[in-house]
Amino acid sequence: MIGYADVHGDLLPINNDDNFFKAVSSAHPLLRVFIQRQDEVDYSNFGTNTLSRKKKALVTLRNDNLRRRPHINISMPHDFRPVSSIIDVDILPETHRRVRLYRHGCEKPLGFYIRDGTSVRVTPHGLEKVPGIFISRMVPGGLAESTGLLAVNDEVLEVNGIEVAGKTLDQVTDMMIANSHNLIITVKPANQRNNIIRSSRMSGSSGQSTDSTASHHSLPTSHVLQNFHPDEMESDEEADIVIEGGLEPQHIPKLHSLTSSSLSRINGSSLSHRLQRDLVLNNNSGRESNGSIHKLLSSLKTDPRHSLVIPRGGIEEDGTVITL
Amino acid sequence: MRRFLRPGHDPVRERLKRELFQFNKTVEHGFPHQPSALGYSPFLHLMAIGTRSGAIKLYGAPGVEFVGLHEENNTVMQIHFIPDQCQLVTLLDDNSLHLWSLKQHSGASELWEDHRFTLKGPPGSPPSAAQITAVLPHSSREVLYLGTESGNIFVVELPSFGVLEDRTITSEAVLRWIPEDYCNRRSCELVEALQEHPKNPDQILIGYSRGLIVLWDRQNNKVTHHFLGSQQLENLSWQRDGSKFISCHYDGSYTQWPVSNDNRQSLPLENLVPYEPMWDIHNGLPYIIFQGGMPRASYGDRHSISVIHGSQQIAFDFTSRVIDFFIIFSSEPTAEFDDPSAMVVLAEEELIVIDLKSAGWPAVHPPYLASLHCSAITCSHHVSNIPLKLWERIISAGSKQNVHFSNMPWPIDGGTNIAPDPPQRDLLLTGHEDGTVRFWDASGVCLHLLYKLSTVRVFLTDADPNDNMNTMGEDEWPPLRKVGTFDPYSDDPRLGIQKIYLCKYSGYLAVAGTAGQVLVMELNDEGAEHVVDHVEADLLQDQEGYRWKGHEKLKTRDGPVQFEAGFQPFVLVQCQPPAVVTSLALHSEWKLVAFGTSHGFGLFDHQQKRLVFVKCTLHPSDQLALEGPLSRVKSLKKSLRQSFRRIRRSRVSSRKRRGGANGKFDQGILQEMELAPVQRKIEARSAEDSFTGFVRTLYFADTFLRDSSRHCPSLWAGTNGGTVYAFCLRVPPAERRMDEPVRAEQAKEIQLMHRAPVVSILVLDGRNIPLPEPLEVAHDLSKSPDMQGSHQLLVVSEEQFKVFTLPKVSSKLKLKLTALEGCRVRKVMVANFGSCKTDDYNENDLAVLTNLGDIQIISLPFLKLQIRYPCIRKEDVSGIASCVFTKYGQGFYLISPSEFERFSLSTKWLVEPRCVVDVPEVSSNNHTHSRSVMENASRKSSQCLFSVTFPFPGVQEEVQVTMEKMVSKNYCTQYSMMTCKFFKYCSNMERCYFLLKKRESKKRN
Repeated sequence: MIGYADVHGDLLPINNDDNFFKAVSSAHPLLRVFIQRQDEVDYSNFGTNTLSRKKKALVTLRNDNLRRRPHINISMPHDFRPVSSIIDVDILPETHRRVRLYRHGCEKPLGFYIRDGTSVRVTPHGLEKVPGIFISRMVPGGLAESTGLLAVNDEVLEVNGIEVAGKTLDQVTDMMIANSHNLIITVKPANQRNNIIRSSRMSGSSGQSTDSTASHHSLPTSHVLQNFHPDEMESDEEADIVIEGGLEPQHIPKLHSLTSSSLSRINGSSLSHRLQRDLVLNNNSGRESNGSIHKLLSSLKTDPRHSLVIPRGGIEEDGTVITL
Repeated sequence: MRRFLRPGHDPVRERLKRELFQFNKTVEHGFPHQPSALGYSPFLHLMAIGTRSGAIKLYGAPGVEFVGLHEENNTVMQIHFIPDQCQLVTLLDDNSLHLWSLKQHSGASELWEDHRFTLKGPPGSPPSAAQITAVLPHSSREVLYLGTESGNIFVVELPSFGVLEDRTITSEAVLRWIPEDYCNRRSCELVEALQEHPKNPDQILIGYSRGLIVLWDRQNNKVTHHFLGSQQLENLSWQRDGSKFISCHYDGSYTQWPVSNDNRQSLPLENLVPYEPMWDIHNGLPYIIFQGGMPRASYGDRHSISVIHGSQQIAFDFTSRVIDFFIIFSSEPTAEFDDPSAMVVLAEEELIVIDLKSAGWPAVHPPYLASLHCSAITCSHHVSNIPLKLWERIISAGSKQNVHFSNMPWPIDGGTNIAPDPPQRDLLLTGHEDGTVRFWDASGVCLHLLYKLSTVRVFLTDADPNDNMNTMGEDEWPPLRKVGTFDPYSDDPRLGIQKIYLCKYSGYLAVAGTAGQVLVMELNDEGAEHVVDHVEADLLQDQEGYRWKGHEKLKTRDGPVQFEAGFQPFVLVQCQPPAVVTSLALHSEWKLVAFGTSHGFGLFDHQQKRLVFVKCTLHPSDQLALEGPLSRVKSLKKSLRQSFRRIRRSRVSSRKRRGGANGKFDQGILQEMELAPVQRKIEARSAEDSFTGFVRTLYFADTFLRDSSRHCPSLWAGTNGGTVYAFCLRVPPAERRMDEPVRAEQAKEIQLMHRAPVVSILVLDGRNIPLPEPLEVAHDLSKSPDMQGSHQLLVVSEEQFKVFTLPKVSSKLKLKLTALEGCRVRKVMVANFGSCKTDDYNENDLAVLTNLGDIQIISLPFLKLQIRYPCIRKEDVSGIASCVFTKYGQGFYLISPSEFERFSLSTKWLVEPRCVVDVPEVSSNNHTHSRSVMENASRKSSQCLFSVTFPFPGVQEEVQVTMEKMVSKNYCTQYSMMTCKFFKYCSNMERCYFLLKKRESKKRN
């Protein structure tokens, strides 16, 4: 059972295109989505001013589309593929936000840029300017933008649990890229108005951070990623692909002359073919879902025109040239 | 939770680590960057070179060298040795004087700065009044004469630098003795030259810039002679017997003046302009040597030094600006004339020594201070432990190239090298932009050129090496002769050497260059003429629609080519498209060479001279790689970038030596620079990125690729896109090697999911030892690898170290460097570390250099970080790119275009200068420099330093500093003496040091 919280804080169902778009367009910048088990849903909780009341049409979400026939249990969480989440809400100061971006298998670009800047810190000697790393740009249609959890001028405090203070822009860039398959960044949002208010009944969209009524306002930034277990990350990480080239020994053409014309690319086409196949096999479930997730992500954009992903390369900027 | 279990809490391992690893920067090889001053002590036979970054370097006999660094990091303007002393005085461009001395510590000499001093003019005078222009250390060793811009000459006492005001020679005092009419026309102006009379130490010759020269009697404080020159003076020089001197002038003339007892106002003896067309032969001094003097209009761009001896005259034409020169004499003190044996010239980019004894005045081959950068270094390769046979063959090939050098033994021979003989013979090979490979003896402290290999002969280039050169006719005037090797202008950048691989057992050498050329060479002791076979390797194969916009391949020479003795190429593999060769591997036992570019890689059988296979690694969308990095637009961009880098490099290296207050200032600037609005894209790597097909590493291994029962030869290749290809090879047995073709078959392809560039691939045998080099086992130099246990594959990418099992490639272990630390692997090499305590213990570890300039040692096979040392500044991109590790835990990197810094990570293998300079006893009078600690300490001067010998170099420095502090705080000498004694009798070093610290802090409180 999928519901969302509208601007008034009312829980409203999402069960057809209309109220879905309504939900998307009214959500600024966060769309708070509630997923409940069908049998636990208390329908009386739903607001009364929804456009549609066809309760029969209430559906559970499956990963390939938004509509489902009723009375089918919500599938297990592993069928979902999270795209992003706010984690560790309960241990972080309210002014900070820890965002996890899941990129595995996703074709979508991460899509953001960082820059150097200065931030003001409160220190025992009063206010002090210290160098910091900030998000400088979002690529339209990128994963970072579509989550709505990150914004330009947010200060980056940590990358996967490691503080960025004292590190250079290049170091932070390298750390983020190295963690790009499962990037967890702790930011201090530039816009502090949308912070999660702990006393509210909404605990953010995090799947794992449970009820966080206990408030830890004074808690400093912790190094512990509560909801992030390294082991889990290890398993999250996709394995390297190994292709056995010698399944059916393939002999290279004998070459009797020194001219290169008689040479052929060994196994070239057959291997790349095999690679394709392997990839498909590897992610047999994930791959299928990719397309639909794309649709979901692109339609989730706050742009009311529901434009599709902006073609890649439409906006491009030269990164740094890495000298070897 | 694995990453919370950090290694390093095991005390046994910690102790072992201390026995195995130690980081030291040991010696700087090559030619000092931006030299600015030269000095020589005929007494010590030591030469001193000062640089613009404030370093002074002393050189004597090969292996005798000392380095000192002025804290101010200002340009060294002048260097003067104190006569008959182990001391020298330097003048910096901030007008400060520094006294340095060589002191013996535990049997070896060390260079220490004793004292510094800045001359202050009289109150109210302009600052230029105290600006020192000329320095004369008097032979009495008691005083320094300091000529200044105001024309006054100050006298300071040594070693305290106390100004003796009553002995100041003011210009007014001098002018009193000069005829009125002359005085009216010109004042004294600045002091250009100060020279002591060679026979009478009481007489000092003073030259002022306007041309006035006077002989000053320092006993009676009066002018005894005056010489009224009319030309602007440049310098003065005495004839040895004191009867004449020469003045040289701005207009290119020089004048000889007689000094006689009866004539107080001499007239010039002769006035000569050496480079006027009408020039008289004269019979004067045996040798007149002068710098410059060329007519400015036509030869203003030449850097020349002329030597005139009787009718013989040569103008040596140097490749860069002459900083200074000196002459080495071999004459008796009583001789009438100096008998010069050699001329030593310091030019901006090289040191040239001319043998003046041998006919024709040939150059002497220098044993050190080699100009590494005579053509820009493009790559380097280090080979440890060269077998004696190969070593001798390379030396003999090199000696045939050095016939034009003089046989004179190296004339600068002060000091004694007491370092133990290098433990093994090491070669450092440098590839250069002009297509040459230089072989350096890197075994010891002196990096010495053994042999130079040129690949140019194989190709047709615009500049034919046979024409020009030495076409200078006999009658040419002026008689210029080019000397030196510095030639930074490459005729054709495509000739540049990019990769070198030498097999030390077989003498096979593979060299690969910028235009996709791969040359395989063999060592031949005789010169020979033969045809170089030419094979094309089309790495694109049947890929359609690609257009190479980069440079063309080099044209080859048809027909047989004459090669001199040494490494002679016998086959050329030309990659198509002719992109830069990015990786190279040679297997001398299988007679195979593998090469890779940004398009793919290939395997060549150099026995049968047949291409075995090629593999294209390009991703179809990678347009950049196809167009080539040297396409027109980009090449401009690149060259601009490079030139900026060069500028930066020079700045960086000058900044490197700057510390203290300046350092802080620079940091501020740096920080500001870093806060400029640059942004970085955060994007996961994808298969479509550019240059993913770029082949970064190639590796041959005999291992279990297919199944765990049979091992076979294999070739591994790693790309920029994180792909590893493994090919199974079938090499026919030796007896049928020529009859059957080598076959290859792709067995595996691994795509690392993080897609970071693969930097290195390595196979560990059943005992977790890296597989030996080809032929290493055959030469009984390595145990044969364990082929029983299961092998493991180590793939090092820029971001991670990963161990896989073989033959089933499953991930076993990994170390994620970048994700945790934000640094990336730039260079990696397996190094063997021996324990300094127990002889038989040694282990293999990975030595890693990161993009932040840190060196890390990572254990094998468990990939635990052992230790980390900051080594190169992270802004020093060229330093990081140039780093090479050796197999025994040493390394080299460029600190300037012309200098390699040598460092050592090992406690056992340490090559550093250790030498002694003995002071020949001076029979004469008074206080010679005191050697004794006790004497030194008992003297009342506040600047005394004493030597305490500690077994650990690091501690030594610190104690030295502490002592200096104590001395400067005027702690009584008795106290210092006591500590000295205490130190002497104390065996426990650390306790001693601790106690000293404690005492110091107690004193402070």
